[in-house]
Amino acid sequence: MAGRETDTPIAATASGTAATEPMVDLTAASEVTATDVPPEILAQSLGQYLRAWGQRIRSGDSGVLPVLLGIVIVAVAFQIANGKFLSPQNLVNLFEQSSIYMLLAMAEIFALLLGEIDLSVGLVMGLGAVVVAEEVQPAGLNWPWWLAILVALLICAGVGAIQGTLVARVKMPSFIVTLGGLLVLEGVAIIVLGGSLVGIGNSHFSNEVFLYNLFWGQFDPAVSWILLIVVGVIAAGWEWYRSARRRRSGLVAPPASLTALKIIVAAAAGILVVALCNVNRAHFGTIEGLPYIIPIVLVVLATWTMLLQRTRFGRYVYAIGGNPEAARRAGIKLPTIRTWGFVLGALTAGIAGVLFASWQVSITTNIIKEANSYVLLAVAAAVIGGTSLFGGRGKTIHGVLGGLVIGGIYNGLFLLGVTSEWIAIVVALVLLAAGTIDVLSRRGAQPRA
Amino acid sequence: MNHDPGGAVSVGASAPAEPLMKLRGIDKHFGPVQALYQVNLDLPAGQVTGLCGDNGAGKSVLVRCIAGVHQADHGQIFFEGHPVHIHTTRDAAGLGIETVYQDLALADNLDIVQNMFLGRERLRRGLLDEDTMERAAAETLSSLRVTTVRSIRQPVASLSGGQRQSVAVAKAVMWNSKVVLLDEPTAALGVVQTGMVLDLVRRLRDRGLAVMVISHNLNDVFAVADRIAVLHLGRMVAEGPATDFDRQSVIEYMTTGTGRLRAPVGAVADGGSV
Repeated sequence: MAGRETDTPIAATASGTAATEPMVDLTAASEVTATDVPPEILAQSLGQYLRAWGQRIRSGDSGVLPVLLGIVIVAVAFQIANGKFLSPQNLVNLFEQSSIYMLLAMAEIFALLLGEIDLSVGLVMGLGAVVVAEEVQPAGLNWPWWLAILVALLICAGVGAIQGTLVARVKMPSFIVTLGGLLVLEGVAIIVLGGSLVGIGNSHFSNEVFLYNLFWGQFDPAVSWILLIVVGVIAAGWEWYRSARRRRSGLVAPPASLTALKIIVAAAAGILVVALCNVNRAHFGTIEGLPYIIPIVLVVLATWTMLLQRTRFGRYVYAIGGNPEAARRAGIKLPTIRTWGFVLGALTAGIAGVLFASWQVSITTNIIKEANSYVLLAVAAAVIGGTSLFGGRGKTIHGVLGGLVIGGIYNGLFLLGVTSEWIAIVVALVLLAAGTIDVLSRRGAQPRA
Repeated sequence: MNHDPGGAVSVGASAPAEPLMKLRGIDKHFGPVQALYQVNLDLPAGQVTGLCGDNGAGKSVLVRCIAGVHQADHGQIFFEGHPVHIHTTRDAAGLGIETVYQDLALADNLDIVQNMFLGRERLRRGLLDEDTMERAAAETLSSLRVTTVRSIRQPVASLSGGQRQSVAVAKAVMWNSKVVLLDEPTAALGVVQTGMVLDLVRRLRDRGLAVMVISHNLNDVFAVADRIAVLHLGRMVAEGPATDFDRQSVIEYMTTGTGRLRAPVGAVADGGSV
C-alpha cells in the first residue's frame, strides 16, 4: 500500500533526529525535573553564582577574572625578575604609560563589539595629537586649550563618521576602510605637522602648560585622598543600593557576599593606587599625588560603560555584534548604530591623541609614524582584556585591564633590558594566546541543538 | 474530487465565527516565478492551523507576506474583519502579528530578557529599565510554563535548542499579539524538546491566539493542528479541520496537489498521533 511507503520515511526522520542527539534529550530531561523552582531564586548563594559564572565563560563571555589573573602573573613574574618592578615609582610610571593603551583599547572595543575592526585608531590618535598641538601654538592659531581640544576631538569624530559611513552604508569591509584610512591619516597628519616639529613644552604659554599637565600633572596628595573617598563612597553606595534593591524585588542579582567582596576589592585597589601615587617619585625635588591621567581614564571608562550597558544604543551594539539579522528583524537601524560605533571609537582615539601629545610633549614625523604601531597594542589590550574578536562580547573595563597587562609587559621587559624587537615579539605572542582563548571559548559557545 | 485550479477544497463544517485573519486571492511572483497563486487561508482565533507543503510550495513566501517581509502582488488580507495592508514588519507587529522564524533570530550573546525585549526596550529616565523588563519577561515565561531555564539572565548561547525555541515563542507572545506564525518550530529538535515546544503551541492556542505552524513533520502537525492547509506549487489545494485529514491524504495533497480526504466514518486513524 502506498501509504505505508510514504509513511516510513517520515517516521524514520523523526526517530533519526532523536537518535543523533541522545545527549540533548538527557540534558533536557534532567533540567525539566529540576526546575519547578522559579529561576530567579536559584542563583542566590555564592556557590550558585560561581557556577552561573562558569556557565557564562563556557558561552564565550569570560568576564574580567582571567585578565585579573594575567595582571597578577605579570606583576609576580617581573617582580621576581627585577625587584624594581613593583616599586611605587615604577608602578606610577606604568599606570601613566598604560593609560594610552587603555584609551585606545576602549576606542577599539566599539568596532570589536560590532564585529568589525578599526585599524586606524593609532593614526586617529596621531592626527588628534598633531591637531591639538598645532592649534595652541602662540605663533599660529593660538586657540585656548578648551577650543583646541574640542576641535581636535570633533575632527577625530568626523574621521570616524566618514569611515563608519563607508562601512555601514557603502558596506565596505571595515578592514579595508580603516586600512585605507590609516594611510590617508598618516599623510594628513604629516601635512598638518608641516614637515617640522610641534611642541607644547613652553612654560610661558598657559594653553601649552594646560595640555602638558594633562599627562604630566597630578593632584596634591591630600586632594588625591579626598577624591578617592568621595568617588569611592558614592560608587560603593550606588552599587550596594542597586544590587540590594534587585535582591529585594526578587530579580536576578549577585548575592550580598559577592557585592561586598567586589566593593572591598575595588576599595583596596583604589587605596593602593592612591597610596602608591602619593609616594614621592622624583629623583630630585618632589613629585607626588594622583596623576590627572588616572581620573581621566576612569571618567572615559565610566561614561562608555554607562553608554554600552545601560542605554538602547549600547544594547543594539551588542545585538548587532551577536546576530545582525536578529537586530535587523527587531527593527534596529543597523547603519546608524554601526556609524555611531565608529564615531565614538574615533572620538575615544582622539582623547588618546590629546593625551599622546601631552605625553610626547613634541610631535615629529617619526612619532606620527610610530603612532600607527599602537593600533596593534589597542587590539591586543582589548582581546587580552576579554573582548571577543567576533563581536558582541566584551566590556569597556576589559580594555582598561588589558591595557594594564600590555603596559606591564612593556614596562617589565624594558626594565629587564630587553630590546624593543623582542618586546614586540612577546606582546604578539600574548595577543595570539588571548586570541586562541577567544576562538576556543567561542567554539564552546556554539548553540547546542 | 473536483478541483478549482485556484481555490482550495472546502471541507467539513467551517468554523462558526468569522476567522481572526483571512487571506483572499493572494498572488506573489518573483520575476517570472509565480510563488503564490490565488491563495485563500483562514486563521481563526484559538486554533492551530498547520500549513503543509513540499519544498518550494510557497509556505515561507506565504508566511513572509503575512509578516510584512514581502508584499503580495494582488489579493486582500482581512484582520478582525477589516481589510488591512501589511507593508512592513512593523505594520504586522502593529496589528499583533508575530513571526518566529526557523533560525529564531536570537542574539546568542544577549541574555533571555535582553533578547525578549530587543528593539522594544523599556526606558526609565533615558536608561534601560532592566528591572521591569526582567519582571515582565519572567511573567511571560512562567505564564507559558517555560520553567526549564536556570536563570533568566543567562545568555541564550547556553540554552538548549528547545529552550531557545521557547524563548523565541515567548518573545513573540509578549506584545499582546493575536497571531503567531511559527516556521518549522521543531526542526532540529530531539523528541523531548519537540514535545516541550508542541505543548507551548497548545498553550498559545488556549490563550486564544491564532497560531499557524509550518512543518514538514506530519507527526507534529497532527499532534497540534486543529486545522490543516496544504500548499502545492503555490496553490492552496486543501484546507479544513484536521479531523478531515489523515496522513495519507495530506501526503497526497503535498506531492500531487490532489487527493482524497479521509473517509468520514471508521477510517483507520494512522494520522492520529495525538
